Amino acid sequence: MFDYAPAPEAKLASFEKSYGHFIAGKFTKPANLYPTINPATEEVLAEISHGTAKDVDLAVKSARAAYEKVWSKLSGAERGKYLYRIARIMQERARELAVAETLNNGKPIKETRDFDVPTAVSWFFYYAGWADKLDHAGLGPNPQALGVAAQVVPWNFPLMMLSWKIAPALSAGNTVVLKPSETTPLTALLFAEICQQAELPEGVVNIVTGFGDTGAALVGHKDVNKVAFTGSTEVGKIIAKQVAGSNKKVTLELGGKAANIVFDDAPIDQAVEGVVNGIFFNQGHVCCAGSRLLVQESIHDEFIKKLKRRMSTLRLGDPMDKNTDVGAINSADQLAKIKKLVKKGVSEGGELWQPECKIPRNGFWFAPAIVDNVSPANTVAREEIFGPVLSVITFRTPAEAVTKANNTEYGLSAGIWTEKGAKMLKLADQLNAGVIWSNTFNQFDPTSPFGGFKESGYGREGGRQGLLSYLKAGK
Amino acid sequence: MRLDVKKTYKLFIAGKFPRSESGRSYQVKDSKSKHVANVALASRKDVRDAVQAARAAQPGWASASAYNRGQVLYRIAEMLEGRREQFVSEIASLTGKTAKQADAEVSAAIDSWVWHAGWTDKIDSVAGSMNPVAGPYFNISTNQPTGVVGALAPQDSALVGFVNTIAPAIVSGNTVVVVTSEKLSLPALTLGEVLATSDLPGGVVNILSGKESELSSWLVGHMDVNAVDLEGTSNATELEITAADTVKRVIRAGTYPRTGAKGNLQHILDLMEVKTVWHPKGH
Amino acid sequence: MQAETIVGSRITNQSLRRWLHSLPGVDKVGLEARAASLATRSIKTTSKAWGLDMAIRMMDLTTLEGMDTPERVESLCQKAITPDMADPECPSPAAICVYGDMVPYAKAALGKSKIFVAAVATAFPSGRSSMKVKLQDTKDAVAFGADEIDMVIDRGAFLSGNYLEVFKQIQAIKLACQRPKGKPAHLKVILETGELQTYDNIRRASYLAMLAGADFIKTSTGKVSVNATLPITLLMLEAVRDWYDETGELIGVKPAGGIRTAKDALRYLVVVKEIAGERWLTPELFRFGASSLLNDVLMQRKKLLTKTYSGPDYISVD
Repeated sequence: MFDYAPAPEAKLASFEKSYGHFIAGKFTKPANLYPTINPATEEVLAEISHGTAKDVDLAVKSARAAYEKVWSKLSGAERGKYLYRIARIMQERARELAVAETLNNGKPIKETRDFDVPTAVSWFFYYAGWADKLDHAGLGPNPQALGVAAQVVPWNFPLMMLSWKIAPALSAGNTVVLKPSETTPLTALLFAEICQQAELPEGVVNIVTGFGDTGAALVGHKDVNKVAFTGSTEVGKIIAKQVAGSNKKVTLELGGKAANIVFDDAPIDQAVEGVVNGIFFNQGHVCCAGSRLLVQESIHDEFIKKLKRRMSTLRLGDPMDKNTDVGAINSADQLAKIKKLVKKGVSEGGELWQPECKIPRNGFWFAPAIVDNVSPANTVAREEIFGPVLSVITFRTPAEAVTKANNTEYGLSAGIWTEKGAKMLKLADQLNAGVIWSNTFNQFDPTSPFGGFKESGYGREGGRQGLLSYLKAGK
Repeated sequence: MRLDVKKTYKLFIAGKFPRSESGRSYQVKDSKSKHVANVALASRKDVRDAVQAARAAQPGWASASAYNRGQVLYRIAEMLEGRREQFVSEIASLTGKTAKQADAEVSAAIDSWVWHAGWTDKIDSVAGSMNPVAGPYFNISTNQPTGVVGALAPQDSALVGFVNTIAPAIVSGNTVVVVTSEKLSLPALTLGEVLATSDLPGGVVNILSGKESELSSWLVGHMDVNAVDLEGTSNATELEITAADTVKRVIRAGTYPRTGAKGNLQHILDLMEVKTVWHPKGH
Repeated sequence: MQAETIVGSRITNQSLRRWLHSLPGVDKVGLEARAASLATRSIKTTSKAWGLDMAIRMMDLTTLEGMDTPERVESLCQKAITPDMADPECPSPAAICVYGDMVPYAKAALGKSKIFVAAVATAFPSGRSSMKVKLQDTKDAVAFGADEIDMVIDRGAFLSGNYLEVFKQIQAIKLACQRPKGKPAHLKVILETGELQTYDNIRRASYLAMLAGADFIKTSTGKVSVNATLPITLLMLEAVRDWYDETGELIGVKPAGGIRTAKDALRYLVVVKEIAGERWLTPELFRFGASSLLNDVLMQRKKLLTKTYSGPDYISVD
């Protein structure tokens, strides 16, 4: 009846046929090329260079030179002004960046436009303001940068993760070499253009594209002072081992299996929304996704009914359509992983439910799913799926909720839904997670530190605390 | 030969540029005692109107997000940078500084706006706290803007001293009524034009040119002003006594240097109040 | 369904209080975020055309001024019958909404058209009068032939916790909507959400009104500073949706006041669809209380047809 009609965003981003790396302020000659695609259509968007150890070495050398000769000699106020410029140019090119991100990642334009890009911009504005105030970072007067930072970011929020890495590093006085994920390099390459427009001194930011081996070469390079990684726990452990025994400071932001806990005294309609947002936002490709619903047994049936009704209004489809809520799965690989785990979940007794969705012919798609009747011992209660799949577990008392929520090797985030303040605050104390969202979920702000407990990683991004991993105390 | 179209310098109140309600003006001369302009001479009624405007604008400005306030202050820096020539020439003309010196002063003023812009969303991270009380309570202290600030800008600084008087007040969500330097009032009034084009809501900054000796007791005595900055007065002790009648927060003259490219966190905090909230924890 | 059955006991102020206060709370930030998110929906081409036509068909075209006269009311009725002279295909609003004493003029002017006459009653907008007066106000309008009655609840009673009083008043007015011969007037209950102020209050007032027999719950009189908003309407749509699940009764929602543009109207239709469901996308279950909205919708309608932006000179005033 009232189906909204197609509402396509204008294709405001265009790409070069092929890209080299961004080293010492210039793009290198494209070499060793592989295609990067749009996961919603499988069409090739551009050819990308697969960085070799030699490319990585050149980039690190350029970062080092820039650090020694230029960046470490600038005042904080001047560094800050470069970051303000970058923030402003990103704002000016915001729509273009949003379209580029949607095309390369598969996530809906509504999200890149309203969340990814504005958040990335805000991170630059925020850290721009810290550059000349480092005396207040908490390490005493005149803290020092570490030098050259090696940064590896994932495919789920490519540009936003880039801003979480580059902004604090530069603000604190470091120079960087960043490797975007192999499936989503394009916004990083557009960001390189923005650095040029901002007249950022050459070599302060370097972008080397490629695969896992490129990242390993970067992390392993002996002239790197700091390693920052966001990605899977599996790779995070490899990196931690790789840097063992060295002088490299390291921060890791890894996986999660967050519990979203709904009590019988929750604001129910907003809780439904928060649960939906917690696991279906970004197709569930979120480290801090609320992938376990812990619902109080007394309201289980009513809550699931409302949840299913709400899920039936989710619109899955063309990410470039402004009304799409659920976009494509980022790669064939990831889709296979999700399907495998869901199959396992059902075989272990879970009840699978998905709303009816029209699945496009091309591309990688998975309809939002609930697996109900999950026990803490089941695979889908423990293993990170990284897709739009919610495992539903019940509990009876607050103490039981805490036990079940904490019963995981992960500890990135948790959600608490109750109108009772004292209960919420006590639970917040007891939950072993780095980010606790109460009566909300998936809130991010550059002023708010983000990071995990346990195998979700260590170190924090955002806030004053986010600077600490890029600084050391002054003499 | 082409005749210049000369600017009329007016007050800046509630986002608009009125003349003084008294209809008075006074002469501003350059460093060589040559006439430059007749400038509005503010009266106590202008003070009254300005405080009213500041109070009306305060809740909205304070409830804007820190991010938004930071963007506005950065925009002020952008607009000022774009018009630097006008300020350089006004400063040089009034003070006798060389073009190079005046240029350096404008750069400092711009950089000070940028420095302040970066504080809006960091104050509580540095000066707020979760307090580990000895009991099952959540306890948090945050800093809130005090409200309306009455400020007397330094007499001897044409621009940067003025900027370093209003910026620390508004960065946290206060609104301000400021009396300019009497002799060097022009750049401050021109800055009003910059503020008006920077998305700063009307009434957040209100600029009154005139005689500090005539206006200060009215501003400092006004019962709807929460804090006063006495930098630009020659009558500081008297005014501090007046302020005590309503327990106003006072920044004494000479407390903070005002000519640099950055301000002072303590100056910002002097115009804020600490609020501490308790809540039990338990289920 | 009987009120006692729904509440689970005899109806007293205490039992009503317990029942209303046991409803789940509303988180303000979450509610407003959901409304804001729905407001980003982009309605285009065929859907937009459908939406604009439906918005007109859902309108209670309103004039509620002290200076209303029979001629003013007749003129509004003519506008409702022929909203756009240049386009005979243009649909008509659902109803005209006027003060009770204007009902005869509206009925005469509307003649055989299918447009309803809604009358505000019960000492609109304040409701501050004796029950005797409020009942008479209603009976007069019903006797004049009003098809619909828009009553106001006693906000003073509600805010001081006298739920039983509010409940009884609605029940009494519902009875006064009966006619010896013919259909009863259908009853819209105005909550005056701007005075209730909190979302928890609005949820409770919605449930209380539905319990007492409202056919429609309506946001506002349009006479206070805060009238209909998207989050408030969203909340009320949740209430009617859940009420239907619990009792099988279909109750309508009418946001009124402050809805001025076609863009606003389309946003409301999105909220109806995604919150309550397409079943509510009909004038039987959703109305807009508006006056200047009609002309803005007509201009947008023209733009879709002619592919150029229209202007006020090309649409008649009412």
